[in-house]
Amino acid sequence: MLHISIKPEIVFYVAGFPVTNSILAGWIAVALFTLLAVTFYRNSQSKSLYAVAVRYVLQTMYSFFQPVAGRVGDRVYPLIASLFLFILIANWIGLLPGFGSLTIRAPHTPQSVEHAGENEEPEFVPLLRGATADLNMTLALALISFAVIQYYGLTELKMDFVKKFINFKSPLKFFIGILEIVSEFSKIISFTFRLFGNMFAGEVLIVVIAFLIPVLASTPFLFLEVFVSVIQALVFALLTAVFINLSTTAHH
Amino acid sequence: METEGAKLIGTALAIGLGAIGPGIGIGIIGGKALEAIGRNPEAKDTIQTVMILGLAFAEAVAIYALVISLIIKFA
Repeated sequence: MLHISIKPEIVFYVAGFPVTNSILAGWIAVALFTLLAVTFYRNSQSKSLYAVAVRYVLQTMYSFFQPVAGRVGDRVYPLIASLFLFILIANWIGLLPGFGSLTIRAPHTPQSVEHAGENEEPEFVPLLRGATADLNMTLALALISFAVIQYYGLTELKMDFVKKFINFKSPLKFFIGILEIVSEFSKIISFTFRLFGNMFAGEVLIVVIAFLIPVLASTPFLFLEVFVSVIQALVFALLTAVFINLSTTAHH
Repeated sequence: METEGAKLIGTALAIGLGAIGPGIGIGIIGGKALEAIGRNPEAKDTIQTVMILGLAFAEAVAIYALVISLIIKFA
């Protein structure tokens, strides 16, 4: 039977705190990213294939994001590049074999103890699940982007930035200010759901197709997911850069 | 009508109707971008970047509809 749930499942407890399968995948993504970064940093000038490839990727990313980010472009580039690379790595490892298919026996959560009398067979939950297919992870990334956008707006423009939102010069400007506040908060929602929706829907698509036709039919959709992962990582970073640019440009 | 049947109809309607607008929107954006590149091939990189940006916004609306339909079906 198909096992699809929007909520990630708890796989074990660490000192009383529940750890879900997507948190585990997130830690693996962080470890992988750190490993890649440290390996490059150690010998960043060498001519090995790895160093040349990483230099090429960084160069291309810089020339792509630099015109978009505006005044604070050089200061904000590490964040944009990290967002892009981390989301890309987290999306891609969620496609590896084992994610969603390796299962462990579910631990006793407070909710499951309530239903303990209903049936005796143990429930199996996936051990790993794509990190960005979890609403919590995408919400965290969206909040980071939101905080950075507001921070650069405030430090670069100071009072002009506040005047964008709270403006008593005329009723029209006041109304537009309120709409701007609403649109800032809707950015959080749209960042969250864009990344979550794409990744979760991709997972569900592959699982459903595999459920209908067990042999080989999911393969084109895996390739589609590889492509969509790149596009969604790119879009997240690009939109963050564009919004930072918009928030640091003066109104007139 | 039982809830199971209503859920299935809700799922299908949510994504079916929700994908009409973004589909048309993405087509228009892509078409305009192609036209712009045709008129000014030197500005290809700028046009491409802005097109991807516009596509992301249009696609996001379709993704919102998809998320609602997944929530109806699976929760």
